[in-house]
Amino acid sequence: MQHNVNWLQALLVLSLSVTLGWTVEVQRPRGVPLTKRQFYDEAKPFTCLDGSRTIPFDRVNDDYCDCKDGSDEPGTAACPNGSFHCTNAGYRPTFIPSSRINDGICDCCDGTDEYNSGASCQNTCKELGRKEREALQKLAEITKEGFLLKQQLIEEAKKGQQEKQSRLSELQDSRKGHEDKVEALRTVKETAEQPEKEAKERHLKAWEEHKAALRLEKEKAKMAEVFLELDDNADGFVDVSELQTHQELDPDGDGTLTDTEAQGLLGGAHKVDSTEFMNMWSNMKEKYVSEVCPPTPSSDLDKDPDSVYPEDDLDEDAAGEDDEDDDDDDDRDDDDDKVISPLQVLEKLSVCERERWCLLCNAALLPFSFRALEKEISFDFGPSSEFAYLYSQCYELTTNEYIYRLCPFNRVSQKPKYGGSETSLGSWGSWSGPEDNKYSVMKYEHGMGCWQGPNRSTTVKLTCGKETAVVSTSEPSRCEYLMEFTTPAVCLEPPNIDTQVHDEF
Amino acid sequence: MAAFIQRMSCLLAVWLAVVLSGIQAVDRSNFKTCIQSSFCKRMRDVVPGHSPYRALLETLELSNTRLTLQLINDNNKVRLLLELYRLQGNMTRLKINELKPLRPRFEVPDVLIADPPTEPLSLVSQDEGGVVLSLGADARHLVVSARPFRLDIVEGPHVLLSVNSRGLLAFEHQRPRKDTLSKISSTVGSMWDTIKNIFSSSENDSEEVEAEEDAEDQNYEKEEDQADMWEETFKSHTDSKPNGPTAISMDFSLPGVEHVYGIPEHAENLRLKTTDGHDPYRLYNLDVFQYELYNPMALYGSVPVLLSHSTQRTMGIFWLNAAETWVDISSKAAENTDSVQAPSKVAQTDVRWISESGIIDVFIMLGPKPTDVFAQYASLTGTQSFPPLFALGYHQCRWNYKDQEDVRSVDQGFDDHDIPYDFIWLDIEHADGKRYFTWDPAHFSQPREMLQGLVDKRRKMVAIVDPHIKVDSGYRVHKEIRSKNLYVKNKDGGDYEGWCWPGTSGYPDFTNPEMRSWWASMFAYDQYEGSMENLYIWNDMNEPSVFNGPEVTMHKDALHGSWEHRDIHNLYGLYVQMATADGLIQRSGGVERPFVLARAFFAGSQRYGAVWTGDNAAEWSHLKISIPMCLSLGLVGISFCGADVGGFFKSPSSELLVRWYQTGAYQPFFRAHAHLDTPRREPWLFGPENTALIREAVRQRYALLPYWYLLFYKAHGTGQPVMRPLWVEYPEDVTTFTIDDEYLLGRDLLVHPVTDEGSKEVTVYLPGTGGVWYDAFTFQRHEGGQNLYVPVTMSSIPVFQRGGSIIPRKNRIRRSSSCMEKDPYTLYVALSPQGTAEGELYIDDGHTFNYEQKKQFVHRRFIFADSTLSSSNISPDSQFSTASWVERVLILGAHKPSSVTLKTSGGSVASLEFDFDEATSVLTVHKPGVNAGADWTLLFQW
Repeated sequence: MQHNVNWLQALLVLSLSVTLGWTVEVQRPRGVPLTKRQFYDEAKPFTCLDGSRTIPFDRVNDDYCDCKDGSDEPGTAACPNGSFHCTNAGYRPTFIPSSRINDGICDCCDGTDEYNSGASCQNTCKELGRKEREALQKLAEITKEGFLLKQQLIEEAKKGQQEKQSRLSELQDSRKGHEDKVEALRTVKETAEQPEKEAKERHLKAWEEHKAALRLEKEKAKMAEVFLELDDNADGFVDVSELQTHQELDPDGDGTLTDTEAQGLLGGAHKVDSTEFMNMWSNMKEKYVSEVCPPTPSSDLDKDPDSVYPEDDLDEDAAGEDDEDDDDDDDRDDDDDKVISPLQVLEKLSVCERERWCLLCNAALLPFSFRALEKEISFDFGPSSEFAYLYSQCYELTTNEYIYRLCPFNRVSQKPKYGGSETSLGSWGSWSGPEDNKYSVMKYEHGMGCWQGPNRSTTVKLTCGKETAVVSTSEPSRCEYLMEFTTPAVCLEPPNIDTQVHDEF
Repeated sequence: MAAFIQRMSCLLAVWLAVVLSGIQAVDRSNFKTCIQSSFCKRMRDVVPGHSPYRALLETLELSNTRLTLQLINDNNKVRLLLELYRLQGNMTRLKINELKPLRPRFEVPDVLIADPPTEPLSLVSQDEGGVVLSLGADARHLVVSARPFRLDIVEGPHVLLSVNSRGLLAFEHQRPRKDTLSKISSTVGSMWDTIKNIFSSSENDSEEVEAEEDAEDQNYEKEEDQADMWEETFKSHTDSKPNGPTAISMDFSLPGVEHVYGIPEHAENLRLKTTDGHDPYRLYNLDVFQYELYNPMALYGSVPVLLSHSTQRTMGIFWLNAAETWVDISSKAAENTDSVQAPSKVAQTDVRWISESGIIDVFIMLGPKPTDVFAQYASLTGTQSFPPLFALGYHQCRWNYKDQEDVRSVDQGFDDHDIPYDFIWLDIEHADGKRYFTWDPAHFSQPREMLQGLVDKRRKMVAIVDPHIKVDSGYRVHKEIRSKNLYVKNKDGGDYEGWCWPGTSGYPDFTNPEMRSWWASMFAYDQYEGSMENLYIWNDMNEPSVFNGPEVTMHKDALHGSWEHRDIHNLYGLYVQMATADGLIQRSGGVERPFVLARAFFAGSQRYGAVWTGDNAAEWSHLKISIPMCLSLGLVGISFCGADVGGFFKSPSSELLVRWYQTGAYQPFFRAHAHLDTPRREPWLFGPENTALIREAVRQRYALLPYWYLLFYKAHGTGQPVMRPLWVEYPEDVTTFTIDDEYLLGRDLLVHPVTDEGSKEVTVYLPGTGGVWYDAFTFQRHEGGQNLYVPVTMSSIPVFQRGGSIIPRKNRIRRSSSCMEKDPYTLYVALSPQGTAEGELYIDDGHTFNYEQKKQFVHRRFIFADSTLSSSNISPDSQFSTASWVERVLILGAHKPSSVTLKTSGGSVASLEFDFDEATSVLTVHKPGVNAGADWTLLFQW
């Protein structure tokens, strides 16, 4: 990370220049840096620094450009490509384009660029220097502490990864077991059924079964999806607080889903895993409103014949639907027109079939937890997995109008502060920092579409900090968001010169 | 309830946005064709060759300043009154009104800068067939024929222009409504008697008139009402037309003319096309969403001025009418293919004007040179306002810079990338809920702090102030306009309300001087909170745009005092800009020159500021059309014209954006703008190469600001356009008559922007056989009178300086034009084949009226002749001291001198150093060092 090194160098230079500025006043033509002083010798004709031409020394800074490289006019605006050196004693010396000499605007903190424009410039170098030193020192401290935190993160990530690997293999085994059982059952069933039924009945039954199975598949997929949706922290459990993000489930309709009510919905448990959840699902099914599909417009609007609902918003919502599981896409379209509750289905099934259904449920859910884990392991969490701790976390920033939410490696969203639906600002895309600093920028893409514009996307810039937090958001271009995010995970090891730096002060 | 209304407004706004914006090109069905505009259809149905109008020569009255004559329509016996004036400066004015109108008809005020001074008309001869009047020297006569009525302006044996030669004069006289006639005719009759007694008692022929009137009344009964005469419906909008049909029409024939120009605004080639077989060109100020190119549909502004040009003569027709207007053009080509025989038939162009109401009031500008027509038109409607120098710099706009931090960071971006700019713009989102004159409290809470930040960089800001006012009892502007009863009224007398950006909006009646004066007072620093000296104004949507109105504008039966909107429509936008410009002048105590940009305009709008070509698109075709669109405006007085650089709708490729900057840098008003929903496109967002290309284009603009400033000074003084078609300077070169992919800036710079994707070359026509042109950057010399093949790369902007000209540039490009104020000049002396050159330099303080009120300016003439370059004072009674000096002189097409000597007015003589480049024949004289306002001479020894 180049910039982290840079500030340290800057600090060093700054400290040196403070010393030099106080002690040495070297005579040289206006606008010439100390390092080039030897080329400007009053006693000799001046040779342009590119060697193109030699002119009498009195033509240096005579407000006429003789050298193609602008080197004869370091202190005037005569050359289009010239530059002027501000000594800026007490702060950082700098070069400004010579077009800014005597343009009436103070550019150098020592005011030396405005020597003939009538502009009165205050010397602000000392103040700037003091502020910058303070800022740099603060930054140094943050980096130091941040880097320590980063080491811990790396340790934790290592452990976590091992755990996940072993859980993955467990799941793999368990899935195999389930699949075997299902296969065995199917064989038993098929063998039993085959000879007993008349051809016509068999045909009918097969048809019925096919339909039921189809519905079940759909229902299961839906439920699995809901489970993942509810499981905000992706710990494999849906708990009371996660459920409370869905106030529409409130059983008594008083508008609040209390802890007790939520617990009731979860069958009295504080949290349930996917298998348990399956049993609770029927209690919620009717009321549950997906986070993915936005709520339909409120009824009073619908009733108003004069209201024209912004249809494109709805369309956008549908288009912006964040669909990670492509597998069950095909069946979804006709979901709504013939909803049959799982209970209804269950009642129609034989005991054997019920057993089989439950097995199938597990079989259906297993791939989800399996896949989730597999997905997690597949992420690029940085060279030492230092970013792994961000996975399944979310960070919020509240601005005047919106609440922004960044769930690293997952999604970015925006929600109006005073009610209104959430807008996806993008799903995890990739690390997209510059080549030498890939892990400094995250890109989230394919958010909700913009009218006549691109889909929303978010660039997250990571900077070193002790805290993990979203510190700012902006929308520099329509539907292109920028988020600044601090985390110890990007803190670089402070070079071992900080003792020297402190010595200078 | 309030919340409900607010939500409904929000929904409707969204719906409108969808309706208005969901389509990719103009929805033609939103706008009328001639057939759908009933008066246009009726007038266009008039058959040529059967004019019912006859001049009653016995009614002829000739005073020193005018001739009056009655015309009678033999079909219905309705009489018209014709007035003819010979105006100073070789113009003729003709007015036709009803002799006895039921109600007064609208005559356009505030467009002419004064009553045009007249010259005596004298009777040359008269017989029963007509009269001949003298128009002064050159055997120029005005021939009035009686039956049918016809006017011919002749010069010697040549007919220059004929009026009603095709018999298309039509004047729909006002009449009582048939279905109500029986009920009210007696009332009207008695009222009419009273009025007549008051006004006509002195007339000795009143009885005769009365007899005629009885006949008229009977004829009213006889005349069939046609459909849509008393009410017409377009889409869901019904126009109540309480005054019935009032249209007027007149034809003009131009013998010997094959090329006509003008009548902007249309997205059309410079040379107008014939309209046979399709719609006429329409003049009706409209907010056209995503307009199409190369068609006669109306756009945002209207200037009813048509120019004709041939190798013999340039003329103009100014049809002073602010109602909806259509212009038909048809032409016969010359059949002069046989060189042995005399031409069997002379080319001719016929023009027919049709307007919905008002009177016929026409100015015929007789030229004969293009410069004469410009001067003639300027004498009627005034010249281009002289903008502050910084308004000629680069303008950075977008809908919308989001907040103060955004403004600050874009401003900083220009410094970081070393690109100069003068203005950053704020579109509608900056105001609090589109309540103009306010600031959004969340995003622009400290406007003065923001403006001060720009002051510190010597830059300016433009904020939008649109003429629709949010109906909101908590909004001071609305409250005051309502309480002063200054809103436009609907047909029933209540305040007219329509939808625009803020939701329900009122429309101030800018035709009312009281309204304009109140509006102007709102720009005072203590009225417009948060405003400062470096805040200037943009009037958008001043057609006026009414989202839910017919054709997205105001209902024609809305009322401005006693006049219908129908009568004044095309004038509304001019009044808005006028009031705003007055406000900016007043806030400075009359010291500072204003800068106001407007989208809608009319004849005379040039006096109030700049215009642009509205909501164009990021397409190559739109880049290309920006040239003829601005050229057409320049021909009719509006020089300060530009197109949104980059294109407003859609997102330009980096190539298109670069080419647009290169083109815009050489057009008068240079502003980048972009739609809210397009990705950001500040100049540095397209990679370092494109940033460098854009930087170079903008820097070329800044280097040439002294020349631009001079051109605007001259446009202000003389009415000559800044951006000119080639034919204006080469009126006898027929090749130039149709060229609109290149143009001249003043006389001396020829620009042929690259407007095609992937261009590898352009073919530039260099006019002026016997003359020479110099590439403005390589200084390569080219002969005039040829098509020059010019290879181009992405950095090429084909620009040529005329041999024989001297152009001052400032080559020290800084952050803004203000920063360059005291910088020295480099003179580019481009020698003619005869070794001569001439040019001018104008300098003043750049922003006040002191140049006018106190004669504080420098105006120099440079002449190179006989191996001497001299600077002399054009305006000895002016005085101004400038810090600028002459840094360098480049002589293009020179040979190597043996010495160069500078003589100053003080008598000092000095030898100057110089370089000579054999390869390019460019002589560079170093550092004359003389003050730009001083007399001096450079002597060259060869």
